[in-house]
Amino acid sequence: MVPSVLFAIFAGVLVLSALGVIIARNPVHSALLLILCFFTSAVLWLLLEAEFLALVLVLVYVGAVMVLFLFVIMMLDVNVTRMREGFTRYAPLGAIVSGIIILQLAGAIWLRSGLPAAEPLTPREAGHSNTRELGAVLYTEHVYAFELAAFILLLAIIAAIMLTLRQRPGLKVQDVSAQVKVQRKDRVRLVKMDAEKDS
Amino acid sequence: MNWPAGLEQALPEWALTTLTSLVQIGVVCLVLILSVAFLTYFERKVIGFMQNRMGPNRVGPRGLLQPFADVIKLLMKEVIVPSSANRFLFVIAPVLSIAPALAAWAVMPLFPGFVIADIDAALLYVLALTSMGVYGVILAGWASNSKYALLGAMRSAAQIIAYEIAMGFALVGVLMAGGSLNLGAIVEAQAGGPLSWFWLPLFPLFIVYFVSGVAETNRAPFDVAEGESEIVAGFHVEYSGVAFAVFFLAEYANMILIAALTAVLFLGGWTSPFAGSMFSFLDGSVLEFLRASGLHWLALKTAFFLFCFLWFRATFPRYRYDQIMRLGWKVFIPVTIVWIFVEGVMVVLGVGPWSS
Repeated sequence: MVPSVLFAIFAGVLVLSALGVIIARNPVHSALLLILCFFTSAVLWLLLEAEFLALVLVLVYVGAVMVLFLFVIMMLDVNVTRMREGFTRYAPLGAIVSGIIILQLAGAIWLRSGLPAAEPLTPREAGHSNTRELGAVLYTEHVYAFELAAFILLLAIIAAIMLTLRQRPGLKVQDVSAQVKVQRKDRVRLVKMDAEKDS
Repeated sequence: MNWPAGLEQALPEWALTTLTSLVQIGVVCLVLILSVAFLTYFERKVIGFMQNRMGPNRVGPRGLLQPFADVIKLLMKEVIVPSSANRFLFVIAPVLSIAPALAAWAVMPLFPGFVIADIDAALLYVLALTSMGVYGVILAGWASNSKYALLGAMRSAAQIIAYEIAMGFALVGVLMAGGSLNLGAIVEAQAGGPLSWFWLPLFPLFIVYFVSGVAETNRAPFDVAEGESEIVAGFHVEYSGVAFAVFFLAEYANMILIAALTAVLFLGGWTSPFAGSMFSFLDGSVLEFLRASGLHWLALKTAFFLFCFLWFRATFPRYRYDQIMRLGWKVFIPVTIVWIFVEGVMVVLGVGPWSS
């Protein structure tokens, strides 16, 4: 009873905020509504007792990815009117694409509904650890896929760094490690001398 | 919690559970907010003494009522919303910065057998909530529609992202050592005196975690988001009255949270420093109470780290921005990664307190 009410509330918020993401005029508002989307879907996962996935969704997407998104959106001066100029031109194409997607979804859900109806979830016993279970599967059965994904991510990191690492000539750059290594004797020289006397 | 028998019979079970949780949450929040009030007093006194001044000493005995005077002053002030600010986000930003700082206490093991929500993935929960705190700063900076505020928010966003990764890696080390994501289980894994606390085998991670915590709370010497000599007051330059007070409260609540988490993860939380077998001669003497674990040990350890926060503020000049980024990305993250490998080797070889 209580879980289904909670599900209805959070699913409603999720759908509304997802609509808001594409309707909102201000890109910052869109990004904020997207954050709300992530948060509510994390709550839905919590209702399914997938607490690891839920918390990692909040940690990675809400806590890191969307912060960078907001960072970029706030820094760039997005010209909304220019972006809306081609709307009528591209609207028919967009309508066709979204229509196809909706039809496919409908086909997947209704036409192939031979699958048994979803049974109500049975709550796990108190000591059940979703995190431990995921780890046990991830590092044994799917270890190759896991390593492959990690390798691709590493590749992407190196590629991103290489793309932005360019040395422009004539740039004055501070060598931070040289600055950190500076000792007192490099900067200050104490001179001992006798006091001058008026003659 | 034990309710009177009459109440226990009159109410259904779910109502009792809700009532118990609400009372616990209320008590913890109240104590926390009072601690924040006296932490501001403590800060002004400590920094005063470090700078050879008296600190506040006019309101109440020895100035002890100063925080209340400050609160009343802030409550009486007018809340000004800049005319072209985004009103909704401007008002909600301080709330977004205080809420995670308070909500994270739900999983904090305060004394043996007491935690408000004994959830399995507590460590992840804490990490997720501390990462939410940045939104208060970013939204405040953006919604104010002020250049200084936006600059402060941008600085803070980049800084928090950088240090959060190091913090997460440090927590991976703790998780490996404790063998659990539950904070209570992590504290119990450290039972048995200072030598079996995690600060010793995880020393680099301990340092990285605490310094990253200072950076995450935007405290000096990492307070470039405020940087009063460069960008006036940074993200909260347009805030006044109660809205500013909430930001202030959030900063100090975050400090207490980071200090308590460092104590729980690396200094054994509520376990006593005299619990080890080398102090067994205390048994039966007057000092036997020292060996009992309890809330006071957690409070003492937290107070020590809070003192360190203030000490740093009084000692170090503010970091330059590029140096902050360098420290986070090029020093802390490699240190944590290397130490996680070292720890893995230690676990395999059976060296360290977790193997006994």
